[in-house]
Amino acid sequence: MTDTNSNPAPQRPDNGRVVRRLLLTVVCMFAFGYALVPLYEVFCDITGFNGRTKNEQAAANTRAVDTSRTVNVQFITRTNSGMPWGFAPEVKSVRVHPGETKVVNFLANNPTGGNMVAQAIPSVAPGEAALYLNKTECFCFNQQPLKAGAKTAMPMQFYLDPDIPEHIHTLTLSYTLYDMTANATPDVLAQMQPAN
Amino acid sequence: MSTVVGEMDHHDHHHHAPSGITRWLFTTNHKDIGSLYLWFSFIMFLVGGSMAMVIRAELFQPGLQLVEPHFFNQMTTVHGLIMVFGAVMPAFTGLANWMVPLMIGAPDMALPRMNNWSFWILPFAFAILLASLFMEGGGPAFGWTFYAPLSTTYSGDSTALFVFSVHIMGISSIMGAINVIVTIMNMRAPGMTYMKMPLFVWTWFITAFLLIAVMPVLAGAVTMVLTDKYFGTSFFDAAGGGDPVMFQHIFWFFGHPEVYIMILPSFGIVSAIIPAFSRKPLFGYASMVYATAAIAGLSFLVWAHHMFTTGMPVFAELFFMYCTMLISVPTGVKVFNWVATMWRGSISFETPMLFALAFVILFTIGGFSGLMLAITPVDFQYHDTYFVVAHFHYVLVSGAIFSIMAAAYYWLPKWTGHMYDENLGRWHFWCSLISVNVLFFPMHFVGLAGMPRRIPDYALQFADINQIVSIGGFAFGLSQLIFLWLVIKCVRGGEKAPAKPWEGAEGLEWTVDSPAPYHTFETPPQVK
Repeated sequence: MTDTNSNPAPQRPDNGRVVRRLLLTVVCMFAFGYALVPLYEVFCDITGFNGRTKNEQAAANTRAVDTSRTVNVQFITRTNSGMPWGFAPEVKSVRVHPGETKVVNFLANNPTGGNMVAQAIPSVAPGEAALYLNKTECFCFNQQPLKAGAKTAMPMQFYLDPDIPEHIHTLTLSYTLYDMTANATPDVLAQMQPAN
Repeated sequence: MSTVVGEMDHHDHHHHAPSGITRWLFTTNHKDIGSLYLWFSFIMFLVGGSMAMVIRAELFQPGLQLVEPHFFNQMTTVHGLIMVFGAVMPAFTGLANWMVPLMIGAPDMALPRMNNWSFWILPFAFAILLASLFMEGGGPAFGWTFYAPLSTTYSGDSTALFVFSVHIMGISSIMGAINVIVTIMNMRAPGMTYMKMPLFVWTWFITAFLLIAVMPVLAGAVTMVLTDKYFGTSFFDAAGGGDPVMFQHIFWFFGHPEVYIMILPSFGIVSAIIPAFSRKPLFGYASMVYATAAIAGLSFLVWAHHMFTTGMPVFAELFFMYCTMLISVPTGVKVFNWVATMWRGSISFETPMLFALAFVILFTIGGFSGLMLAITPVDFQYHDTYFVVAHFHYVLVSGAIFSIMAAAYYWLPKWTGHMYDENLGRWHFWCSLISVNVLFFPMHFVGLAGMPRRIPDYALQFADINQIVSIGGFAFGLSQLIFLWLVIKCVRGGEKAPAKPWEGAEGLEWTVDSPAPYHTFETPPQVK
């Protein structure tokens, strides 16, 4: 093979190297698609995007009550498809001053003939209000066992952070109840055993 | 190289290429594979088009006349999938196969065997997808966007077939893209620097990187749907800790770059045709390259404008709104450059130029309606209405498809060695131009009036406009048969085409004979 000196490019461009790099990119982007799942979780937790609340016990309320403002907090409940429980808030909404602590009861009943365990998952709308809703006590922190045919009132104690943006006059706390019987933790199941 | 004479003889008669069907099955020749891609995409265009005819026939009158709602949903879904993955993308890959080596002075694509595979898995993908329509329970009916939980909880048994066919389409596109990138990086003729490459090559180069970046994300999304539906994972199921809205984020992270995958090569085509028929060099070559790269980069930052109504925080809505509007800047640069290229040019109006001009005007209309959709507050009204349908059909039919038609007319003499029938070409153009506007323009109005997309029935007040739209649809569908006739006629014979049939055309592809010999540029040309 004669050499063509005028060719500035390398004599034999390495196709294999480029292909390997591109294939690596393909694999990385496939992995990135999956990485979006945990990234999305973290992003929602940090920012409250998508109405994700801090679903953990907040420190006791030590903030001063801001009586100059009132926020209407609405409650809605739903059960996941296939979940037979009755589930409803005792009141549809409460009006609270930021910093004021309130307790709201949620009523649940298990109409089935078997013992069941449920878990409630909260969501707040608008999403930007999610970070200002602090719960000091909530049934949603734990799985809820309920014997066949039983009823219960589940308390939720909360206060709004007084730093909640001025333009938020109404926020909605929504709970969805999921059937967790198959995935219940042993100590939750044990709570139902003695009464049997 | 010992039997030089025999070798020469070989080349002249192409004896080393098997004849009959095996020539096409085993071919590694970029021109053969390009032709296969183009014919395949045209067949898919007709198949997807006939589904559109079913849709428009059902919508001709309010009420349910011809098909069941479930079948209607299958038609909208498979029409979208076929047109996106079966018609537009393979047509561009076919054009890249044919033209990129000819434009950069390469003898073939860099990875010819992979090229053969990337085409020949495609018919299987679409056979699987189309066959799923005939199974019990029907084919996919959740829209081409396959939003969870429609595609997970509420979909039929055909979902697995849908997922595998999308996997195969994705693998095909990725292989095609890798081939284009390696070819452009490693096989340019001496002197063909990056900034001397024709814009079609540049736009495809950038498109190929977009494909490499987002097709794997689509593969991931369909795989998650598959495992959610059949293997008990909960990526998109709230009961298991997942989130259906996350599906939309992942899908549109793929989906928005995807729409640029379907339009950037069009920009390259139009940037070749307008200078040729204006007999002037392209205005602002470098700015065209940078604008293409800018559009590709921005395409990763705008996905959530498809999701304004999912309840995002205002900050996110504003961010995605402004990023989306920003895309109109590089796009505007392009439109400006095309107009400036024509300015004081010596313009003639052969069919390729007619389609290219229609592209510039109609694509810009589609761009304007896109800008309207980008405005978050008004998107709340427009979302999921026929206004959206009008918008993306303006950019995809009178945009992408018109540019592919323009490309076909422009390079047909090079491919077949014959001039196409100019008269017939003009008939095709004018019929298409009028009918495409009758078809899609009134959709804007019916969308603004509140008609939702993807419904088999509608309120009575939309009846008149839908009837007009359907008539436009049938006319547009029939007009494409003129093109089929013209191409067959051109392949079979016609006036002999010279090496350079267009007076003002530039580029290496016009330095080889028409039809382009089976092997070209075995000795690389010197580019000055």
